[in-house]
Amino acid sequence: MKVPIPPRLEQRLVQVLLLGFTAVTVFILLFIIYFVLRRGLPALSLGFLTRNPAEMGRSGGIFSTIVGTAALTLLAVAIAAPLGVGTAIYLTEYTRENWVTKVIRFGASCLAGIPSIIFGLFGFILFVTALGFGWSLLSGGLTLAFMLLPTIIRTSEEAIKAVPQSFREVSFSLGSTRWQAVTRVVLPAALPGIVTGIILSIGRSIGETAAVIFTAGSALRLPTSLFSSSRTMSVHFYILAREGISMPNAYATAAVLVLAILLINLATYAMMNRFIRRFR
Amino acid sequence: MPAGLSPVAPSAAIRARQFSHLFGARPTLKNLDLDIRPNEIFGIIGPAGSGKSTFLRALNRLNDLVPESKVQGRLEVGGLDIYAPGTSVVELRRRLGMVFATPVPLPRSIFENVAFGARLSGVKGQEKLRALVTDALEKTALWDEVKDRLFESAVKLSGGQQQRLCLARVLALRPEFILLDEPTSGLDPVSTMRIEEMLRRLKAEYTIVLVTNNTKQAARVADRTAFFLDGELIEVDDTVKIFSAPSDARTNDYILGRFG
Repeated sequence: MKVPIPPRLEQRLVQVLLLGFTAVTVFILLFIIYFVLRRGLPALSLGFLTRNPAEMGRSGGIFSTIVGTAALTLLAVAIAAPLGVGTAIYLTEYTRENWVTKVIRFGASCLAGIPSIIFGLFGFILFVTALGFGWSLLSGGLTLAFMLLPTIIRTSEEAIKAVPQSFREVSFSLGSTRWQAVTRVVLPAALPGIVTGIILSIGRSIGETAAVIFTAGSALRLPTSLFSSSRTMSVHFYILAREGISMPNAYATAAVLVLAILLINLATYAMMNRFIRRFR
Repeated sequence: MPAGLSPVAPSAAIRARQFSHLFGARPTLKNLDLDIRPNEIFGIIGPAGSGKSTFLRALNRLNDLVPESKVQGRLEVGGLDIYAPGTSVVELRRRLGMVFATPVPLPRSIFENVAFGARLSGVKGQEKLRALVTDALEKTALWDEVKDRLFESAVKLSGGQQQRLCLARVLALRPEFILLDEPTSGLDPVSTMRIEEMLRRLKAEYTIVLVTNNTKQAARVADRTAFFLDGELIEVDDTVKIFSAPSDARTNDYILGRFG
């Protein structure tokens, strides 16, 4: 027999349940951050940030890995963002839905599902050996860029599609070319979504290890050119923890990673808020 | 009409001859024969789906944005066959400013909205743009309301103000024609009245095509009115005649509200 639930009670139950789900999610997130900071902060100091690692990372700081991470991430995003956003613009504004666009979109989705270590292997074979870039920022940046592309394409596409069709009609009716409509109306309106996608991919490339070890290597020296091998913070953390070199330093590196990602997110949200307030 | 375009002032500013339009296999306009005279307000009435908006969007070729849009016959604007190969759609659209049913302010400042079309066509220099924007806002009676917040977002304006902004944006193009697609359908009576007053003033300088769902609006402002039904032009005549003694029974039924 069906027991009737009073609508008020049902409403209340659903509310409590959903609040519970949210609380669990937030709790897990905060716990991870707390855990990492608790373990990492004691070993963290200004010197840790500004000195290069010594004795394989047992002592010294992580300066060269911060530089390596920043260089690799910037390089990857600098390559992937124009390619990805360009592809998204092409798919949404310059073609009509047909089998070619479907194949491109399907390909991009498949690319998104490939484990990063496969990308690492691919990058190793293509960039490190076949093209002769060696273990280098360039090999790593290119590999990461390919890994990020699907995310950037997908999020940019969604953001561009969400721009009301009426904006395009207004732009065209006022005598814009297609390119003018894209650059002056569609992209500014889609920018928050596009930037969110790029931030997500920055986070992903900062946190990536497998694809990076294979392509950028794990040299502890300060990188001096695109062809220098370099170690990122994530790789450094992995090696310190895995080889049991120094757990305090590993957690301190992790703390820097977590704080960096928090900072990037906060800065971007602040920027986007200012942008949105100006234009909405 | 810009100098040099036509040596003799044409008797019709817009001329359709056996003009048809199709979305795929579905005909939306059937063999229209229609003349719109310079400096008149030409009203188009008809029930939803009668092809009014399609006709308007055929004039500035906005229908081209829809993949399966096809045309047959001839449609002339200022003596030019606008579907002839080689016609510049961008230039055509600059000559025919369009105001849509829902006001669509772009997410920019009031100033940038009005200056949008001018900037697209390459007008540069703050002085020039400022003069253009001021003039357009004055003509739409918006200047006094917004002059102190030209650089604030246009999205914050009220609905009626937004629609007048859209009209100002069109005027700043310095077009020859103004196409209005149910411009007051979402506005209150006072805002509607202001827009209608404005149209009466603007027809001295522009040829105006007004599509409206509100037959009374056509009766109030249009010099001549056309009745569309199922993609066909049922009749076109002086507005007074259409509303007092239409020659087709269907026109009469529609005006009296028997259908549509």
